[in-house]
Amino acid sequence: MISENIVHFAHILRAAGMPIGPDRVLAAMAAVECVGLDRRDDVHAALGAVMLDRHEQQVLFDAAFDAFWRDPKLLEQLMFQLLPRITGRGDKPRAPRTNRLADALAAPPVVQPPNPANNTARQELQFDTHFTFSDDERLQHADFETMTADEFALAQRLAEQLPLPVMPMRRRRYERSPRGRIDLRATLLRMARQPHTLSPAFTQPRTEWPAIVVLLDVSGSMERYARLLLHYVHGLARRHMHVHTFTFGTRLTNITRCLKDRDPDVALKLADEQVTDWKGGTRIASCLDDFNRLWARRVLGSNAAVLLMTDGLDRDDRGDLADAAARLRRAAHQIVWLNPLLRFEGFEPRAAGVRALLPHVDRFLPVHNLASLADLARVLRAGGVAPFSLLNQTH
Amino acid sequence: MTDADRAPFVLPTSVDAVVSLLAAQDYVCDRQLATALFLSLKLSRPLFLEGEPGVGKTELAKTLAKAMQAMLLRVQCYEGLDIAQTAYEWNVARQMMEIRLAEAAHEVDRDHLAHTLYSKAMLIERPLLQALTQPRSPVLLIDELDRADEPFDAFLLEVLAENQITIPEYGTVRAVAPPITIITSNRTREIHDALKRRCLYHWVDFPDVERELDIVRRKAPGASDRLYVQVVEFVQRMRTLDLFKAPGVAETIDWTNALMALNAIRLDPATVQDTLGVLLKYQDDIAKLRAGDTAKLLDELRARALLEP
Repeated sequence: MISENIVHFAHILRAAGMPIGPDRVLAAMAAVECVGLDRRDDVHAALGAVMLDRHEQQVLFDAAFDAFWRDPKLLEQLMFQLLPRITGRGDKPRAPRTNRLADALAAPPVVQPPNPANNTARQELQFDTHFTFSDDERLQHADFETMTADEFALAQRLAEQLPLPVMPMRRRRYERSPRGRIDLRATLLRMARQPHTLSPAFTQPRTEWPAIVVLLDVSGSMERYARLLLHYVHGLARRHMHVHTFTFGTRLTNITRCLKDRDPDVALKLADEQVTDWKGGTRIASCLDDFNRLWARRVLGSNAAVLLMTDGLDRDDRGDLADAAARLRRAAHQIVWLNPLLRFEGFEPRAAGVRALLPHVDRFLPVHNLASLADLARVLRAGGVAPFSLLNQTH
Repeated sequence: MTDADRAPFVLPTSVDAVVSLLAAQDYVCDRQLATALFLSLKLSRPLFLEGEPGVGKTELAKTLAKAMQAMLLRVQCYEGLDIAQTAYEWNVARQMMEIRLAEAAHEVDRDHLAHTLYSKAMLIERPLLQALTQPRSPVLLIDELDRADEPFDAFLLEVLAENQITIPEYGTVRAVAPPITIITSNRTREIHDALKRRCLYHWVDFPDVERELDIVRRKAPGASDRLYVQVVEFVQRMRTLDLFKAPGVAETIDWTNALMALNAIRLDPATVQDTLGVLLKYQDDIAKLRAGDTAKLLDELRARALLEP
């Protein structure tokens, strides 16, 4: 009887989005058997120890436990009302009808004679037409258009070829190499195979890409670029394992899990649902401060690099942007600032927000008139500028 | 081998037994943690403890080892930690000598040489391998796993799930007596799900007032009852402030000791200001408290008649 209840309980937690496989159900049964059914709090603790994975799940688990061990039927109804939109890991969210599918189903295009100049012109033209947002939708949500087939192909190609915006760093782990420090264990293995020869094996410190934390501004002034930059970040996350993504406008939102979906359209749709402050105001200082307090220690632990995507136009009168940026600089290994809102070549950092941020940034990637992924690619290949040269200009 | 080594391992038979076992060693834990620990012993699964620094995660492993009279093996994690430092290492110097000797004696029989080169005698055992070769279950503490890099997580999977280590040149070493494994993390990065799945999970929270009082009385004996209450209430209120890093239980104990060393019999603004560095480790937090929050907290204590006016 109790085992049936546990299966049922696990099923409900799974429906609420917690990853509870059959192995955990079995472990839960063993656990409850061990502690017995005499005390409710023991059963609660036992199930918690087996079924939980991270601290954030505790609230949901507690609520579910309280309701379930009173009346399982009631819980089901409750969950149904409370969690209409949360989906489990197994069931895929319904994919939005994609432009890619439409493209694929359409008649094959007439093959043009190979003419490179003509080709690129056509491509850019297409991107422009797809870079519009519908304003009549819900105010708070972005409602991204799905990608076209061409855009998708280009995004994939760029994601593979583009240099990462951050610098690689030397780790304290060693790897085999043609020269460097002698690796005694490997050398010995060689000697054991060929006792009469001595051919030393070498190791050297491994160079790796740091984990990347993306802080993406989704406020009104950045609206035009949100979709494009999210596509870029999605590509980055697909190629590079350790990417944490946060959006900020008036509040900070972690959308890392949303972007884990392989399909860019599904990923962006999930992110859109998660973020509630699209196209709103900007409070860079408060959001950076929140990040510093709540997340910095959790995601910047292993010398991560911060990729800041914002125009630096702060409308926050409560926080101190320079302070927050300085603290961020102390916690992060490097900060790269991608600013897509520079409309003219002779940039001078006049806005207060920009002036506050610049001294704490390691690399500055200014973009003039960012309209497509191709533009972004050009900027990333060029490599950016040192922020100090800009600050000195105005003095 | 002493008698204690040979004595059969007595596992606590109930959650209450775990609570009293730890209490006998002056470790006060809540029932939830005791249940998780009891299950981990009973089901022989590793216990994964996460929580803020200074809430007694490492202390639990130490206390458990003491209470069960088991050997404590500790792996302190850091970036770049590898097998040679945690599991085993070949004694390369001896191996080299072996080769030279074989050469000098003109007795190079490859099979025999390979066999002697990679025998158990040539292995240097590090904590993880030691944990598997003890005749009696030791307590294996893998401390601050979040500080190690991810490749190390993957390496731990085999040890945690199967209680064995595979050494390519030698073979698989299986546990004689499965170790009691406790893993701690301060959550400076997310540990991989595959590893968590093999463990029992428990989030160690800050204790409530009564439990913290009990802990401080046991760990920092000698102060007056009134001071204990004031200290604990003050720290508990402090944790509700918007601080960058809230003080842990370890800090409360340190602070009580510091106050006793200064011969303070009750909290007063000057002493609190002077000793804030014991409780708070970030300059911003200290500045915030100095700027006026200390006075506010002390006023609150006074209002609740815990502090003389």
